[in-house]
Amino acid sequence: MALQLSLFDGELLAGIHGEAAAFCMRLLTRFAEAVEAESFIDIEAAHIDGCLYLGQVSLDFVEHLVRLKGRVRVPTTLNVGSVDLIHPELFHGDKEIGANGARLMKAHEELGCMPTFTCAPYQTMFRPRFGAQIAWAESNAIVFANSVIGARTNRYGDFIDLCCALTGRAPYYGLHMPENRRAQVLVEIESLPEEWSDAGPACVAVGHTIGKRCGSLIPAITGLPVHTREDDLKALGAVAASSGAVALFHAVGLTPEAPTVEAAFQGRQPIETIRLTTDDLRRTVRGLSTVPDGTPLVGVSFGTPHFSLEEFVRLMPLVEGPKPVIDIYINTHRGVLEELGRRGWDRTLEAHGVTLVIDTCTYVTAIMRDMSGAIMTNSGKMAYYAPGNIGVDIAFGSLADCIASARAGKVVRL
Amino acid sequence: MTDFIAAVTLVPGQAQGQTFVLSEPLSFWGGLDSATGRIIDRWHTQKDEVLSGRILVMKAGRGSSSGSSVLAEAIRRGTGPAGIVLMTRDAIVTVGAMVAAELYGVSCPVVLASEFNWQLVSDSWGLALDAKTSEAMLQVLAAVL
Repeated sequence: MALQLSLFDGELLAGIHGEAAAFCMRLLTRFAEAVEAESFIDIEAAHIDGCLYLGQVSLDFVEHLVRLKGRVRVPTTLNVGSVDLIHPELFHGDKEIGANGARLMKAHEELGCMPTFTCAPYQTMFRPRFGAQIAWAESNAIVFANSVIGARTNRYGDFIDLCCALTGRAPYYGLHMPENRRAQVLVEIESLPEEWSDAGPACVAVGHTIGKRCGSLIPAITGLPVHTREDDLKALGAVAASSGAVALFHAVGLTPEAPTVEAAFQGRQPIETIRLTTDDLRRTVRGLSTVPDGTPLVGVSFGTPHFSLEEFVRLMPLVEGPKPVIDIYINTHRGVLEELGRRGWDRTLEAHGVTLVIDTCTYVTAIMRDMSGAIMTNSGKMAYYAPGNIGVDIAFGSLADCIASARAGKVVRL
Repeated sequence: MTDFIAAVTLVPGQAQGQTFVLSEPLSFWGGLDSATGRIIDRWHTQKDEVLSGRILVMKAGRGSSSGSSVLAEAIRRGTGPAGIVLMTRDAIVTVGAMVAAELYGVSCPVVLASEFNWQLVSDSWGLALDAKTSEAMLQVLAAVL
């Protein structure tokens, strides 16, 4: 069936709501035809991944919309940029990329986007509600919104996210439709390694596995620890969307569209069942490290995706004590930074050798002072991308392992 | 004998050139160098081949949506393909070519052909694309023009 346009869609195309919106609607119409959508729907919010500088075309596209006097029609958040606008001195990459990157971030603000500059917009006041139709980019944000919140978005990206924001419309297909959100693959965790008291590594191991084994299919997971926190599900989704194209997972008993296995599958049968043993999980976690225990480290990195306030609450008691001998970097966003300031924690962290990185992220841009050796992290996503993106070796461990290693200057396990 | 093949227009325009058949799907992000038009994905069987000015024939797209930016950037720099023939619809390719056309007025038509014509298209020496708004026509070109 051909694409049906509403009266409003027609007005957008005709330029009644401005030249920028018309330009965006033309692109959206082509996109809708390419994904075989039959209509457009209203969206409540958008999240834009276009403020990371990828080349001249990134800037030309946004500047074009600024010239046409474009404005977003729905609340729109921004993903990380290439520079930390709060601490510009942290950037030590190519000058032209730094300048164009900063301009790109500003140009998005001129379109009316909120300067959140975070890959975790779900940790801000713009967190969408259950069932909201949204157009989000950034793979970890997409999987979180769909899975943990139960909002509805497809995997939007390059140019199209901004087109949705400037028109307030998105093509109605894929995960916007309730029937396409049912689970397809059952992932059963048989048992968890007893030495993992923290749910973090288990969630990373499961996330990495479903990314590899499910591709873009929708898994429903049973057997995650009962004390699994929202931040653990964030880590699970982030690595699943890195090792695969997962846009939605269900965690039975933990996420809103999966109170039971039957509900997650909408009454249908799984097309495949994957069983994970303690050995599978241990092996996956070991495989995330590219260096053995005892290897000297040059730094520790947290907050990929951006560290939440809750994660800082867990971290604070751990940093009390001897000062680390290597740099610790924590990526977070402006909202959390403000709250840290109110609590006086920013100064405590600085005094304990922690560098707070705002607006950007340690594996997309030149931030870390020393990249001559291995970096340790508790993030499965960082472990997946950093070796290729910034060419460093990675040691993966729990939050507590990472802090202990920062004091030892080498990889140690508690 | 000249063969004409009916196709569906995804991005309008006209182009002709020597055929370049992708032996397997390519993610433009991390797979294509927009400065040179060269395939740089180290796992791809056609690594180091250059697709500039060619009519790119691909069964399907692959990979990150950042591929749209890379394709648009290649078209802007003049290192991209002259036109693209897909066998399955692909949003990343469509958006990349569309953005280049809208921003820079450089046309890289994208058409959708039927899998039924795969042999004819992939065996061709060259292809001419005429992608109008409503429908598209592919013409198979012989080596000696």
